[in-house]
Amino acid sequence: MTDPAPERTPVLALEGVSKSFGAVRALRDVSLELYAGEAHALAGENGAGKSTLIKTLAGVHRPDAGTVLLDGTPVVFHGPADARDAGVAVIYQEPTLFPDLSIAENIFVGRQPRRSFGRVDHKAVREATAALFRRLGVDLDPEQPARGLSIADQQLVEIAKALSFDARVLIMDEPTAALTGSEVARLFGVVRALREAGAAVLFISHRLEEVFALCQRVTTLRDGAWVASEPVAGLGEDDLVRRMVGRDLDELYPKQDAAVGDVALRVRRLTREGVFTDVSFEVRHGEIVGLAGLVGAGRSEVARAVFGVDRWDAGAAEVDGRPLKPGAPSLAMAAGLALVPEDRRAQGLVMDMSIERNINLTGLRTTARAGLMNRGAERSRALDWAVRLQVKYARLADMVGTLSGGNQQKVVLAKWLATDPRVLIVDEPTRGIDVGTKAEVHRLLSQLAADGVAVLMISSDLPEILGMADRVLVMHEGRLTADIPRERATEETVMAAATGRARSAA
Amino acid sequence: MTMTTKPAPAAAAGAPPTAGFLDRVLKVRELAIAAVLVLMLTATQLDNSAFLSQQGIKDLLLNATILVLVAVGQATVVITRNVDLSVGSVLGITAFAAGDFLHGGGNPVLAVVIAVAIGAGFGLVNGALVSLGQVPALVVTLGTLYIIRGLDSIWVGSRQITAADLPSGFVSFGHDGLSVIPYLALLTALVLVAAAYYLRSYRSGRDLYALGSSPEAARLAGVPVRKRILAAYVTCGALAGLAGALYLARFGNVDSGTGNGYELTVVSAVVVGGVAFTGGSGSVYGAALGALLLTSINSVLPSIGVSSVWVQAIDGVLLLLAIAVDRIVALRVAGLLRKRAAQTRSATHG
Ligand SMILES: Nc1ncnc2c1ncn2[C@@H]1O[C@H](COP(=O)(O)OP(=O)(O)OP(=O)(O)O)[C@@H](O)[C@H]1O
Ligand SMILES: [Mg+2]
Repeated sequence: MTDPAPERTPVLALEGVSKSFGAVRALRDVSLELYAGEAHALAGENGAGKSTLIKTLAGVHRPDAGTVLLDGTPVVFHGPADARDAGVAVIYQEPTLFPDLSIAENIFVGRQPRRSFGRVDHKAVREATAALFRRLGVDLDPEQPARGLSIADQQLVEIAKALSFDARVLIMDEPTAALTGSEVARLFGVVRALREAGAAVLFISHRLEEVFALCQRVTTLRDGAWVASEPVAGLGEDDLVRRMVGRDLDELYPKQDAAVGDVALRVRRLTREGVFTDVSFEVRHGEIVGLAGLVGAGRSEVARAVFGVDRWDAGAAEVDGRPLKPGAPSLAMAAGLALVPEDRRAQGLVMDMSIERNINLTGLRTTARAGLMNRGAERSRALDWAVRLQVKYARLADMVGTLSGGNQQKVVLAKWLATDPRVLIVDEPTRGIDVGTKAEVHRLLSQLAADGVAVLMISSDLPEILGMADRVLVMHEGRLTADIPRERATEETVMAAATGRARSAA
Repeated sequence: MTMTTKPAPAAAAGAPPTAGFLDRVLKVRELAIAAVLVLMLTATQLDNSAFLSQQGIKDLLLNATILVLVAVGQATVVITRNVDLSVGSVLGITAFAAGDFLHGGGNPVLAVVIAVAIGAGFGLVNGALVSLGQVPALVVTLGTLYIIRGLDSIWVGSRQITAADLPSGFVSFGHDGLSVIPYLALLTALVLVAAAYYLRSYRSGRDLYALGSSPEAARLAGVPVRKRILAAYVTCGALAGLAGALYLARFGNVDSGTGNGYELTVVSAVVVGGVAFTGGSGSVYGAALGALLLTSINSVLPSIGVSSVWVQAIDGVLLLLAIAVDRIVALRVAGLLRKRAAQTRSATHG
């Protein structure tokens, strides 16, 4: 290890840290140094150990071997509170909010401003939250309970929480996974200002362009082991991918040509009061239609309503000419509709069930014989899909909750792809999935379309939409504002429609 | 910082009635019970004008005080997504301990302190078992319920404390009051207000809601989870102990069966009062109102000529009703929140 700046002491560092969960060696002899005024990226595939490393820095996990150094002196964090008191702010990969408390209370829990006699100053809590939201350009009501917030909004609240104390070290585990370009730009502006003011930043994202935009150094992990630590300048995306994966990567957007057939999903004038209004569109067999828009535009809500999770107030939806009923997901499933939801923890998976059981939750009808579960058929179905999606696991019987974030996402995909849908709605299909598997998921979606499946893809990752979609629908504040064919879909045209600057009728 | 609260009023201006209405709906749980209570008492009074006489009101309050005290403690525990089933046993054993001490010529104030201390001690045991043992609170406190009841039976045997064994000052404290308001009710009201204020205005109080709402998030946010759970159980035990001493003062009659089955009444009161069993929501005021409602039914039925055998069935119906109402309110609130969020968005974007 050659150190280019030997004079400085890292604010926070790991030295030779190892951590195992049972037989899984999540970290093996990893070292990392975070300097004041520097943004450091952590790269690696799903399950490489990034979140484990962060939790070690945050005092959630105690390393089995090795030390954590604060300002050059070894420390032991007995819990998250110790790390917090040392000035370490952490955004975890999965938002962890208190659904019953207001957003403002969520941000300041345990650290509320106080007035005389140690009483909580509720007004100050609200005002500080409003100020934070203004700084981040977020328009959430601080008084609103956190229950029911979308993943993106939850992530924004987590970001506000991390920024709410003057942290010396700001650690962010995929904070941008559900955010669109404009929110990310806003976040980066704030983070840069903090970094220039002397904070050390550790940043994880599977969107490599973000790593290059924000960070000065990057450390790569592979299978829990340290691969490299180097300056970002002079490094190309390909180099970084090679470090992570150990080989060169195929095309990220392997779009196949497919014959476009009849209308598979038709949505007419769908309205859910206060959420989206008068939404009409069609998706044909063999077509991949992207649904773009800013956070809060109502994309996921439309998907949930069509699938029947939420009710709709007016309008109609049909699959292959068969009308769907509001609020009847089982009817939608019987009609051949599948929805991969955005919130894998709350809607996608049963965290303390095994991988196998989770994948088979959607397939009881096909695998059961005479009303009895057929373990053999279940096992082979689960194994088949787990392998196709490259899920990294020790045993199929492991609890889904112990998988890394990206691998949990793959299980959600497997669960729904295994239903052989005729119409597939995917909401943020690659949220938290590494570049290698992302290409694989894209190839799968493309293959499905070629086989005649109609795919509606919601994504906040614009390059993904542009790379995969035959047509891009754009939503703005609950209304469909544009329908752009592939040839004309560019970052500019989509963003213009998403921000309401242009109403381009296609 | 004079313009900090701007966004909220601006949003409210875009949607005038919703904001205020929403806040009311969120608090409606307490209001609803209060309304039912008032309605029931008024109806009974119209039917039987002797019902709300001076003595009638006094009895109503006296009957409620002990249940309210225990319910306040129980609510503190339920807010953390736990439960304490041992309160009935604790009430019984502390009542006897206080009585035994007074019978031996002890000081009444000291007797109350002893009861509270014993209660807190049992609370500590419960809290330690629940927070360290990773065993569901339901199971742990079911165990301590029987253990404490067993200890009580062994210690008390067939002995009995009667009002004659107690100093007259202590007994009259349990009966007298300021005009219609008994001293016991005043004391209980004091405890209630203090507990409510604490839960609302102190970091550690807010922590209880946080960890009931999501234990995992609480751990990650650095909330000292074990310490807080322990504190909630100690509070609950101490209040059960205090309730034991007051029980002695009120009834003057204690044996080894005192407080048997009380835990179920307490839990019903808490749930009827809108403290969700899933933790993180509700208030001690709600729990107190729930307790008041349940004890009032006991007084109302006889005075309108309904046999008291109906009491338990009606309690059960109320319990189910309360849960149904909670569910409906939760759904409506979710709908309102959705609309308000959309309006906030378009108000700021537009
Ligand atoms: N609590 C746990 N119990 C058992 N195994 C675990 C636990 N937490 C993590 N692991 C395992 O440790 C390995 C590293 O997981 P980690 O979450 O650190 O990956 P990651 O790099 O953050 O991946 P991703 O990009 O998908 O978020 C994985 O194999 C995972 O299954
Ligand atoms: Mg991770």
